[in-house]
Amino acid sequence: MKSKKGPALQKKKRKNTEENRWGYIFILVPLLVFAIFTLYPIMDAFIISFKEFKPLKTEWVGFENYKNTLKNSLFYKSLANTVVYTGITVPLSLALSFLISILIVPLTKRKQNFFKGAYYLPAIASGVALSFVWKWIYDPLPSGLLNRLVALFGVDNQNWLGSSKTAMFSLILMALLSSHGASIIIYIAALLGIDNTYYESADMDGATFFQKLRYIVMPLIKPTTVFLLVTSVIGSFQVFQNAFLMTGGGPDNATTMVGLLIFNKAFKYFEYGEASAQALILTAIIGIFTFIQFKLTGDNVEY
Amino acid sequence: MALYKSYSKNEKGRQYFRTGWIMLLLTILAIVTLFPIYYMIMSSFGAPVESGASSYSLLVKNPTLESYQFFFDYSKYSFRWIVNSFLVAGVSTLANVIFATAAGYAFSKLRFKGNKLLFSLLLLAMMIPYQVTQVPLYILIVNVLRMDNTYAALIAPGLVTAYNVFLAKQFIGSLPTEIMEAAKMEGCSQPALLIRIVMPLSKTVMAVMAINTFMNNWNTFFWPLLVTKTENMQTIQVGLKNFSFANTTYFAPMMAGATVSALPMFILFFALQKYFLEGVTVGAVKG
Repeated sequence: MKSKKGPALQKKKRKNTEENRWGYIFILVPLLVFAIFTLYPIMDAFIISFKEFKPLKTEWVGFENYKNTLKNSLFYKSLANTVVYTGITVPLSLALSFLISILIVPLTKRKQNFFKGAYYLPAIASGVALSFVWKWIYDPLPSGLLNRLVALFGVDNQNWLGSSKTAMFSLILMALLSSHGASIIIYIAALLGIDNTYYESADMDGATFFQKLRYIVMPLIKPTTVFLLVTSVIGSFQVFQNAFLMTGGGPDNATTMVGLLIFNKAFKYFEYGEASAQALILTAIIGIFTFIQFKLTGDNVEY
Repeated sequence: MALYKSYSKNEKGRQYFRTGWIMLLLTILAIVTLFPIYYMIMSSFGAPVESGASSYSLLVKNPTLESYQFFFDYSKYSFRWIVNSFLVAGVSTLANVIFATAAGYAFSKLRFKGNKLLFSLLLLAMMIPYQVTQVPLYILIVNVLRMDNTYAALIAPGLVTAYNVFLAKQFIGSLPTEIMEAAKMEGCSQPALLIRIVMPLSKTVMAVMAINTFMNNWNTFFWPLLVTKTENMQTIQVGLKNFSFANTTYFAPMMAGATVSALPMFILFFALQKYFLEGVTVGAVKG
């Protein structure tokens, strides 16, 4: 067979099999890691969600775990907490990032880099370290930093993390002030990418600064806003490290997020089955939310 | 920037005024943002005494390193935590950069059967919430493979992440294919092509991946918390949590520990700020 083909074709064939072989070799490790540590766990999560883990043996329980989750009032409370946390943190954080980016872009390159670095710094500090500092800032004693600050404005002493009235607010404030770094960098990149001719023609029409902002900047960076919105919402739905470290979900579950609920179910009470059922329900909810966001914001985003 | 009104030469004063208030506003916001970090570092130089009202000041009067001493004296493994973190983050970074670059090259430039299918399967990994894989992964590592409390357990699940493969594929895909074709004509083998042609051209994305991976592994908390059982295997973040749990009233030493856990990243950030910031946009802007 082979001898009938021309030498060039044979060579090409040999090249192709070589490409084939090296292609598989180059992706081998990522593929193995993916198969063992992602694909298998995903499939296992479905199986586990239909089981109940007991000290001596593990039983199939059908949809019991799902039923229990959907009957569990704490599950709904933690979902509500997550929605409140996300619903306040994400829009405010994006608005703040947008404002800061708009202020940074007219500056010289050096000043731009300085402020980018300054605003990004909290994002690289370890979450554990930051949670310690914030815990002390929120010290409930009158000598606590935030209490002294609000006292200047005549506000009474607050038990920031210890009262169910202020605990969620405290976590939100912390998130607002330490997680806008990345969005600012991304917004600045998008703003600098806007072509100058848009502004020039607006200037000729005598447009004001706010008109330019409203009719040029906002529509043109909409894809960036949608990207940040979707990724922040997805991230925010899963986040629970600060709640875990600072309030433990308390007081009275006022700061129990879905992520924390699942973590506790699994590693505090060792109810793996129910934890997996909850995680899969969370995945479905995130999927639906993401879908709705794309529908509402139009599908002009490309990745 | 023509978003802002441009001033003519004889309006210099108004331009300075505008730049002035922009700088003022940005500085105030930056101070609020950076305050916790300032407060952490500054307080770490306080004396290691149990805290009372007096320990809350914005400036330490008699700076001392005693709180750092206190932190390192707490456990005989304090230094080991830092070494462990460096080891885990270092090995993960090296593995991620090498394997992700090779895979990114294969997925973007090599033709092999199942290329597209396998890549989209890999993308799936990025969309699944961490919570879903957390429990099965824990059972796999601890109960099935019995790898708990080993470096392998800390490193293996993150040996190469789907996100890094995605980044590398996007970047290498934008390199001109002609260069690689020419090298192949000259008789260059695929591994040589990867090492001598693709990798030198991909330095930027490799640097970005290295920094992101190192930072994520250095700062990660829950996974090491789950799979380490003894103090000698813990990373600095887990050790720090344990330290704070045992010393709830020792404010300055806690801040010293927090500073120790954050400092390597700060140093890296000031040295390589360009790549850090590039790393933020590279994943967001369409490659």
